[in-house]
Amino acid sequence: MSQELFTLSIGELSARLQAGSVSAVELMQAVIDRTKEVEPRVHAFNSYDEADALAQARASDERRARAKGLGDAVKRPLEGIPVGIKDVISVAGQPLTASSRMLANFVSPYDATAVVRLREAGAICWGRLNLDEFAMGSSTENSAFGPTSNPWDLERVPGGSSGGSAAALAAGEAIATLGSDTGGSIRQPAALCSVVGLKPTYGRVSRYGLIAFASSLDQIGPFARTVSDAAEILKAISGHDRRDSTSVKLEVPDYGLGIEQLSRSGRRWRLGIPKEYFGEGLDPEVGAAVEAAIAEYRKMGCEVREVSLPHTKYAVGAYYIIATAECSSNLARFDGIRYGHRSKDATDALDIYFKSRAEGFGQEVKRRIILGTYVLSSGYYDAYYLRAQKVRTLIRRDFLEAYKEVDAIVTPTSPTPAFRKGEKAANPLAMYLNDIYTIGVNLAGLPGMSLPCGFTRAGLPIGLQVIGQPFKETELLAIASAYEARTDWRSRQPRL
Amino acid sequence: MPKPEDLKLDHVANLARLALTEEEKARFSSQLGDVLAYVALLNEVDVSDVEPTAHAFPVVNVWAEDIPEPGLSVEDALRNAPEKRDDMVVVPKVVE
Repeated sequence: MSQELFTLSIGELSARLQAGSVSAVELMQAVIDRTKEVEPRVHAFNSYDEADALAQARASDERRARAKGLGDAVKRPLEGIPVGIKDVISVAGQPLTASSRMLANFVSPYDATAVVRLREAGAICWGRLNLDEFAMGSSTENSAFGPTSNPWDLERVPGGSSGGSAAALAAGEAIATLGSDTGGSIRQPAALCSVVGLKPTYGRVSRYGLIAFASSLDQIGPFARTVSDAAEILKAISGHDRRDSTSVKLEVPDYGLGIEQLSRSGRRWRLGIPKEYFGEGLDPEVGAAVEAAIAEYRKMGCEVREVSLPHTKYAVGAYYIIATAECSSNLARFDGIRYGHRSKDATDALDIYFKSRAEGFGQEVKRRIILGTYVLSSGYYDAYYLRAQKVRTLIRRDFLEAYKEVDAIVTPTSPTPAFRKGEKAANPLAMYLNDIYTIGVNLAGLPGMSLPCGFTRAGLPIGLQVIGQPFKETELLAIASAYEARTDWRSRQPRL
Repeated sequence: MPKPEDLKLDHVANLARLALTEEEKARFSSQLGDVLAYVALLNEVDVSDVEPTAHAFPVVNVWAEDIPEPGLSVEDALRNAPEKRDDMVVVPKVVE
């Protein structure tokens, strides 16, 4: 089982593809077969196009053969690697649903920039992965096409909103995946499914072709089996894009090389432990696993010290004002006129708006549009939206203040392991509070990762969050890699 | 400071161009009441003299060279339109 192709890392597969012991077509076929076997139980995909994926794999094998014929081996680490794509990121000619009835029949006219760059790196774009509708949720239960199951316990949620991206990887239905993270939507499902998830610094990866939820918070990032796999995907998708004016003009480092150099340098990392992240609401088993990970860092000679992020308790409140405000504005484009669902019962243009939106959006999306519209409305803007933006400034300052003393901040990713389907469905506030440790990172625009750090007695995965400094993903990855090298969590696989 | 009960669902739903059923109105009133009560926590923060943050890393005056390049074809641009005719999106009559 552990040697099945679909369980291997990009690093391991890349070596085999280069050596010629496996072809891209064989790898893709192994992933397709595995997907057909487990998908009825996991439901990580909204759709996948087998013929298209195999055609991409054949093209990859041809590129490799051609390069060999010229005496020039293909060294691109992602050449021939199947990467699943969250169904909120455009892939030309493929469906793009955002797990919403609103876009049930939408076909992407173009590739997102991150997808263009994956293709340029030789990767195979594979499947459309399930999510909470329009990326709004923490459990993937808000999908109009049915929930995704956690491969570690099918009765439980995989987290969200990128639950399909995390579950597919954990279940062997992809070798890596892309997700998007607005308040924890990559890191939390990564934690709940025992995979690596990385949210880059805001502006590091172009958002062009990503369906906008909250534009000042959204960022595309990878799910992978190892830290160095995540580094390879990040390297491929990062960089300035003139189609996203918030993407930054900074050189993209060779992250993989950077990790190696930093680990050889024997640098003694200074890690901050924010006391506010270890209080009430933290599951004792999660707390113990994270403490054990911190102890591991101490053993390798890191300097661990307590830091304070005093405005932590306001992060969820500020986030749900800012994110819903931006969502209400972004989702105004879904009006039933140019694309998306149009009501058959509408009598005039205005009626098309009201009825198409009522029929096309699910409950959580409607709830957030209402909240966002309210906090932006006349008479309430200053009290809610403007105040939340000011609190955002204070939250960001907390982190920057802490970074005067430490290189990175280490916390739990999620206060609890995966919860049962339906457990929080009727209580939106309880669901929102599940994001308490991940949201501050988005408000401050920082890079953050989740990596596996253990399991509960019941066998549910636990994630460790490492939060880095702006645009210092290399250091963040090196710190994550140092812990990963001393542990063996990846050898545990879900029984499916 | 507004109170959670200030949220008038009919008014806000109209602003959002979103038709809600009576059942949805009742449920959202109660659920969003809880969320707004929780959010009131932000009132205890002293934000005087604090500038708002709209973007963590604001970039200003991003200019692009004004060079024409091929965009979507009419066919691609209209592929997802719910109703179309003669390279146009069909909508109900909006003027008498």
